[in-house]
Amino acid sequence: MNRAFLILLPIGILILLIIGAIGIYNGLVSAQEEAKTAWAQVENQYQRRADLIPNLVETVKGYAQQERTVLEEVTRLRSQWGEARKSGDIQKTLEAASALDSALGRLMVVVERYPDLKSNQNFLKLQDQLEGTENRISVERRRYNEAVMAYNKKIRTFPGALLAGYFGFERMPLFEAEEKAKKAPTVKF
Amino acid sequence: MKRFLCALLALLLIFAWTWATAILPIPERPDGWVTDRTGTLSKDQIAQLERKLAEFEKETTNQIVVVLLPSLEGGSLEDFSIRLAEKWKVGQKGKNNGVILLIFKKDRRIRIEVGYGLEGALPDALAGEIIRREIAPRFREGHYYEGIQRGLDAIMAATRGEYRASPRGKDSSSERFSAILFFFFFFFTIVTLSLIALRTQARKRHFYTGRPRGWYYYGGGFFGGGSSWGDSGGGFSGGGGDFGGGGASGDW
Repeated sequence: MNRAFLILLPIGILILLIIGAIGIYNGLVSAQEEAKTAWAQVENQYQRRADLIPNLVETVKGYAQQERTVLEEVTRLRSQWGEARKSGDIQKTLEAASALDSALGRLMVVVERYPDLKSNQNFLKLQDQLEGTENRISVERRRYNEAVMAYNKKIRTFPGALLAGYFGFERMPLFEAEEKAKKAPTVKF
Repeated sequence: MKRFLCALLALLLIFAWTWATAILPIPERPDGWVTDRTGTLSKDQIAQLERKLAEFEKETTNQIVVVLLPSLEGGSLEDFSIRLAEKWKVGQKGKNNGVILLIFKKDRRIRIEVGYGLEGALPDALAGEIIRREIAPRFREGHYYEGIQRGLDAIMAATRGEYRASPRGKDSSSERFSAILFFFFFFFTIVTLSLIALRTQARKRHFYTGRPRGWYYYGGGFFGGGSSWGDSGGGFSGGGGDFGGGGASGDW
């Protein structure tokens, strides 16, 4: 063959490989970013709920002082969640969040026993806000799970798996506690 | 082999996921503001609500949609509602100023689903109050049209001329697109240049065979693992509003 071909062929192949690798790498990065954004969104909603808790605890206290244990537990788990979040460990934060979930669930069950409280306008509003926030949390959790699944799939399937190990892309944890957290309140009463 | 199994498992999980979340199918996006699958409202009433909502949208760009469905069939109201919102994309793109008033008649359940952009003007507590004070009491007496009308009035009063920008800035796709475009150009330039070089060399030596054409087909495959860039929802006037689960549920 000729000289131009012999020079251009390896250069061309190399460039193609590099471009392919860049494409795969960028795909991994953007999937990871999407999962991270989704996680930030989950945390925002948890923060929103945490902000509602002091007000909720105060309102319930006014009507149901004898429920101190539940109220104290909610307050304690709220600060525990705050600490876990500060540490930046996703797995820990997930666990703290679902513990807070079930404590709140128990509180809302307890509240059913106080008709005065249940007809209090302030409490009704708080309940709307809390429910709205719970709903936002479950929406953002689902979106987070979807983003993480897409990302985890990318780093474990063919083109991505080639680069994932080398560049240190690690699996991200999924939310699995959802069902457990929902069932927890019914067990104790 | 292990890797292959893992991939298979991931795929299966994803299938299971989509299957599990799609129990009650979401109806297709309609052409109007009011959808009644229960036969509760008369044609006249629907037309009147439509006119009202169309005018409101013209005035404020806020898009409010009313949906009456027969039954949840055991599904979760909130889950259905958010999936409907994600599919229909009520509200304007960027403003995310859509509201869905969703009613399940047999289950006696109501939900007001509020788009990101209106969460400030129509917070959850207010949405809950609208359901409890305006809608539910009238529904209890069987006055569906009136309840819907009063509910819409309250929603409109709350959201008139107000929207908040989306909290999730998620558009880096155009940037990615231009990067890919750039690489494509770069790559085709290289290929074309090498082809031209080849051909001229070949011609000089009188054994040009036409083979190099095959080259064009090799490039594409490398981008297989790459990315897909934004598809934006269409249909209806506007459309493209994002939702994050804001709003309230109630019953009568």
